[in-house]
Amino acid sequence: MIRYLLPLGIFLVLAVFFAVGLQRDPSEIPSPLVGKPAPEFQLPRLHQPERAIDNAALEGEVSVVNVWASWCVGCREEHEVVKALANSGAAPVYGLNYKDAREDALRWLSHFGDPYTAIAVDRDGDVGIDWGVYGVPETFILDADGVIRYKHIGPMSETDLREKILPVIRELKTEARS
Amino acid sequence: MIRALLLALMLLGTAMPVAALTMDSYEFESEAERERFRELLAELRCLVCQNESLADSQADLAGDLREQVYEQMQQGKTNGEITEYLVARYGDFVRYRPPVTPGTYLLWFGPPVILLLGLFFAVRLLRGRTGQEQQLNEAQRRRAAELLDEDDRGDGH
Repeated sequence: MIRYLLPLGIFLVLAVFFAVGLQRDPSEIPSPLVGKPAPEFQLPRLHQPERAIDNAALEGEVSVVNVWASWCVGCREEHEVVKALANSGAAPVYGLNYKDAREDALRWLSHFGDPYTAIAVDRDGDVGIDWGVYGVPETFILDADGVIRYKHIGPMSETDLREKILPVIRELKTEARS
Repeated sequence: MIRALLLALMLLGTAMPVAALTMDSYEFESEAERERFRELLAELRCLVCQNESLADSQADLAGDLREQVYEQMQQGKTNGEITEYLVARYGDFVRYRPPVTPGTYLLWFGPPVILLLGLFFAVRLLRGRTGQEQQLNEAQRRRAAELLDEDDRGDGH
């Protein structure tokens, strides 16, 4: 009996492994930065290039950092969701304009709407590398101490917003209050 | 025939200089340094096209990361330090050869363990088979003897 059950058992174990493996998205690489303070940056703002923005802007309350560019198709796809997130008032949404031309970025925003509290300009993508950005759009959620607590890779869907982003923000807010 | 061969050669020509395309623009003091750059990049995975190394990838980010690796080499950083720099940002995933940690035990030791298990079962199976052939129990032996006896008697006639 065991002669027949053993291969069946091995097959079932493998089948479960493969089934789980196939469900996972290989383009989503777990970031080693989750749980660590956001990498330091100091960049000009998109709207006021003479003023700098740095980590201090992201501290004191739960915040969202959305990495985007005017050349990025996925960013346009998720833009309505970013707007909904900003409008919900759950947390301020900061933009990191990644490897973009200033005029293009401004035109894109005037065309599609600007939900961002402030936008930092990463012209050369150096800050992007420090933040482990490898494919825009990417969205980080930071707690009140400026520690990265969650990272979303790729365009956010409404489902992502409802089931992941907003619950994480809520959780971090209660954590900050207690 | 010759046309097909020529075509194949031409296609081969387009395929080969990819690495040259990604690395030729960098200047090095010595051939050894260039070789070190090439080897280090070949060990690092491009995050965008995951089946390509930083040495091969044409992705924009891969170009930026090559630039970083180059600059850090010029600053005198070791291969270990440069790899650490990338791992701190992108995780162990950037390394084609992940470190041996409890999380990767299965990855490193899984295949040899499965091979040993396979060998163990194969040996056991084969041993078991030859053993069965050689051993007869008491009843079988008696029956064999009877058959042989009958045979002998048959021959006697």
